[in-house]
Amino acid sequence: MERRTIFAGWVLPVCLVAPQLLLTVFFFLWPAAQAMWFSLVRQDAFGIRTEFVGFENFADLFADPLYLDSALRTVVFCTAVAGLAMGTALLLAVFADREIRGRAIYRTLLIWPYAVAPAIAAVLWVLLLNPQIGVVAHALKSVGVLWDYKLNDTQAMIVVILASAWKQVSYNFIFFLAGLQSIPKTVIEAARMDGARGWRRFRTITIPLLAPTIFFLVVVNIVYAAFDTFATIQALTHGGPGKATETLMLKVYRDGLINLDLGSSSAQSVILMVAVVVLTGLQFRFIGRRNAE
Amino acid sequence: MKPHTDWLAHSILCTGVALFVLPLWLLLAGATQDGGAIARGELSFVPDLRNLGIFWSVLTDRAPGGSPVWRMMLVSAALALAIAFGKIVISFLSAYAVSFFRFPFRMLCFWTIFITLMLPVEVRIVPTYAVMANFGLINSFTGLAMPLIASATATLLFRQVFLMIPDELVEAARMDGAGPLRFLRDILLPLSAANMAALFVIVFVYGWNQYLWPLLVATDPKLDTIVIGIVKMIGGDTVTDWNRVMAAAVLALLPPVLVVVLMQKWFVKGLTEGDK
Amino acid sequence: MKRRSLLAATAATAVVAPLGLARAQGAKTKFVFWHAMAGALGDEVGNICKGFNAAQTAYEIEPIFKGSYPETLTAAIAAWRAGQAPHLVQMFEVGTGSMLAAGPAVKQVWQLAAETGVALDPASYIGGVRGYYSLSDGRMASMPFNSSTAVMWYNKDVFEKAGLDPAKPPTTWNEVIAACRAIKAKAAAAIPMTTAWPTWVHFEQYAAMHDLEFATKSNGFDGLDTELKINTAPFVKHLNRLLDMSKEGLFKYGGRDNAAEPLFISGEAAIGFTSSAARAAITRDGKFKAGAALLPTDPEVNPNPINSVIGGASLWTMTAPNRSAAEYKAVATFLQYIGQPDQDAHWHQVSGYVPVTFAGYELSKKQGFYEKSPGTDIPITQLARGKLTANSKGFRLGRMVELRNIIQEEFEKALQGQQTAQIALDSAVARGNKVLREFEKSART
Repeated sequence: MERRTIFAGWVLPVCLVAPQLLLTVFFFLWPAAQAMWFSLVRQDAFGIRTEFVGFENFADLFADPLYLDSALRTVVFCTAVAGLAMGTALLLAVFADREIRGRAIYRTLLIWPYAVAPAIAAVLWVLLLNPQIGVVAHALKSVGVLWDYKLNDTQAMIVVILASAWKQVSYNFIFFLAGLQSIPKTVIEAARMDGARGWRRFRTITIPLLAPTIFFLVVVNIVYAAFDTFATIQALTHGGPGKATETLMLKVYRDGLINLDLGSSSAQSVILMVAVVVLTGLQFRFIGRRNAE
Repeated sequence: MKPHTDWLAHSILCTGVALFVLPLWLLLAGATQDGGAIARGELSFVPDLRNLGIFWSVLTDRAPGGSPVWRMMLVSAALALAIAFGKIVISFLSAYAVSFFRFPFRMLCFWTIFITLMLPVEVRIVPTYAVMANFGLINSFTGLAMPLIASATATLLFRQVFLMIPDELVEAARMDGAGPLRFLRDILLPLSAANMAALFVIVFVYGWNQYLWPLLVATDPKLDTIVIGIVKMIGGDTVTDWNRVMAAAVLALLPPVLVVVLMQKWFVKGLTEGDK
Repeated sequence: MKRRSLLAATAATAVVAPLGLARAQGAKTKFVFWHAMAGALGDEVGNICKGFNAAQTAYEIEPIFKGSYPETLTAAIAAWRAGQAPHLVQMFEVGTGSMLAAGPAVKQVWQLAAETGVALDPASYIGGVRGYYSLSDGRMASMPFNSSTAVMWYNKDVFEKAGLDPAKPPTTWNEVIAACRAIKAKAAAAIPMTTAWPTWVHFEQYAAMHDLEFATKSNGFDGLDTELKINTAPFVKHLNRLLDMSKEGLFKYGGRDNAAEPLFISGEAAIGFTSSAARAAITRDGKFKAGAALLPTDPEVNPNPINSVIGGASLWTMTAPNRSAAEYKAVATFLQYIGQPDQDAHWHQVSGYVPVTFAGYELSKKQGFYEKSPGTDIPITQLARGKLTANSKGFRLGRMVELRNIIQEEFEKALQGQQTAQIALDSAVARGNKVLREFEKSART
């Protein structure tokens, strides 16, 4: 979508866009191009010996059943995190949007966890859920739950999903709240007059009006789940037991920064990048559509 | 209003608040307990009020292997502010340029900026480090902040806001004889104030919470941020004073939480307007 | 204009920013030491450096914390690629293979000694420690610094409750099983046995002490074309033992790396295998009498067990363009300084790591340290036991961190009952060998 009215001249806009463009070229494009080059070579960690291997790094990945498992697991993980984080946030936002006493306090208390650093959040979850030292783990054990995510795949997955979703709820909550507040009260009133009640009114009026926010958040949440959760997973489960909680980004991080396999790690990031380009492409089409409305 | 609806809302919101506040409460309570309690799995939700002094002592004492916590918090604050202001200024200008002008390679510029969304710093950390070293920026505050300023989120958000501005308004401004710079200052700036505030919150929190990049790029202990300071306190092969770690974590939380809470109104408003 | 002043300020900062600390003015030659010691140990490293700076006037060392071991390694690699490597870097023992393959990036200890004329005599360092960081012909590659080994920690209070003699900890695996059964029968502890560092303790140490081949080519010392051998009968037997103990409720898996330590410190587990360097944490946080003992062995596999291997880290000298001979000499002088008996003995006694020199050990003995803190000599005894063989020198495998992780993953799957011990180890060997071949190619091309 383009605006019809614009200012003339090109010297000024070029000057205005230059600072960001320069930063982007030097600190993003240049390193990113190098990362792409790394995906096509075999190199030792120090970059002393380099050998061009074409698409061998990619071929190795796609031939590895463990990598394909990781990909599938990542899809499940992202869906679960996005669904849980958005569902919880929407529920809380809908009720926080009602005319109830203490609304402002509820809102503040639900918004501020946005500020918690991922590094600190990870420590928190260890303190809560760790089978050995966790407070919640002790409580679960005392009511007879066999809590041991170090050896139980399902529990491990639940743990990393919960921890990852928790961090994202505040963010979603803010957007949903903003979205709900921008729905004209007259529309809701009109629906009420028509006799639409609670759930039906929510489903037929609120959800469609929130659709732009929902779709925007779907993309943001999936990108978050795919890229920004590896530190949490590393802190909680190291991707284990076995490979039960290893996501693609965790593997990129570990192969690149711990196992020092730059070639494979770069190839994996290129694959991820392509995936995100597709996703953001979808987001863009969507934003474009929204603007046309 | 029917009373049963109210109760439903209150109980759901209270559950939500509990889910978010309890974990952090544990941090607060843990700070006042014996450092070994965590290692033994005896952490309690009840704080020991006699030990509240720990916060003051952690704030003012030198952390093991580093500077005092208050100093590291100043570095974090400076970093977060530099990133926030830097990002808002350059994004505002570039979003203005791509939205209100037609110039050669306009879309190429936009996509170049946009693509930065797609590769987190962690993935390109080795090559980025090499580039910074070429500029002689390793171990400097500038080097710490610059790569974190270069990202597209803010540009995208401003562009969305600008696209929403009706053509009639631009037309009217031009009728009044306003040049592009005056339009920027007198109309665009006030119009996007709320969005800037929202962005400020997002970017400040982002900058405050950085870990891996500052760790790699800064070797001067004077450039240690608070997040790095906390990690420094957690030893592998040695005893960790968990109560002090938790106290430092609580202190580290305060500034970004304050920013979020104090700017809450603007925060929500800025997103509402940009997201209509 | 605002933007221009911003750019100007940027440029100014870039010029003023210290490029290499060594090039700063002043008569003293300055050099930088990146380490991975957090918390109290980090303070001790700081003290050592202060001591060095006070002891002479020609050189000045600046210690800098660079995160965990892997983070320090990543930082060092990124810095070297940019020509800004630190003079000295602390590297964990499993990174030794990667550092040796780094060629021009490092200056090995023997090279450093030859070039600077500063005497750094391998013979003064304890064999079990030195071997891990030496070439096959005995020349030292990196400088031993913080070394520990795995020991068996046990809860003396629980032993008493279970009717076991706290003065006589089990020495063989059969005795361990018997003790665990007694503990379980008397319900003296919730968990009879757990282990930290599963791969290090139950594969690496197990292999060394029983003189078993962990990998071909002397565990990689004699060539990059090495292959894992941990799917042979003795390893399968031990893994089966652990699996059986787990089924019987005698052994509880506590997670990767040192995640299981809290199980022992909390008093939940009666026996815990972990590093000898965990002493400080155990004595401060544990609310019971703890004892350290030699790792148990299996007489049926080898009736005469030999030395265990070390863990911990060593110091590597790194290169950079324009690095002067004076700077290297400064580094060598520092390495010589920390190898002095009083320095080594002090570091050993305050840190909980073992002494790395014979003289440091003798001095600690003379000072009565082992009488004052009984059990602190257990790791030294264990490291010095028997004659060093090709199987007990250490491990020289590329991407060792990844190998450890693969073994842990397969171990976990076996514990879950998803596969037998044999299948687990076969699969660990197959996956591990793939990593080794990949490393071999990258180190040769």
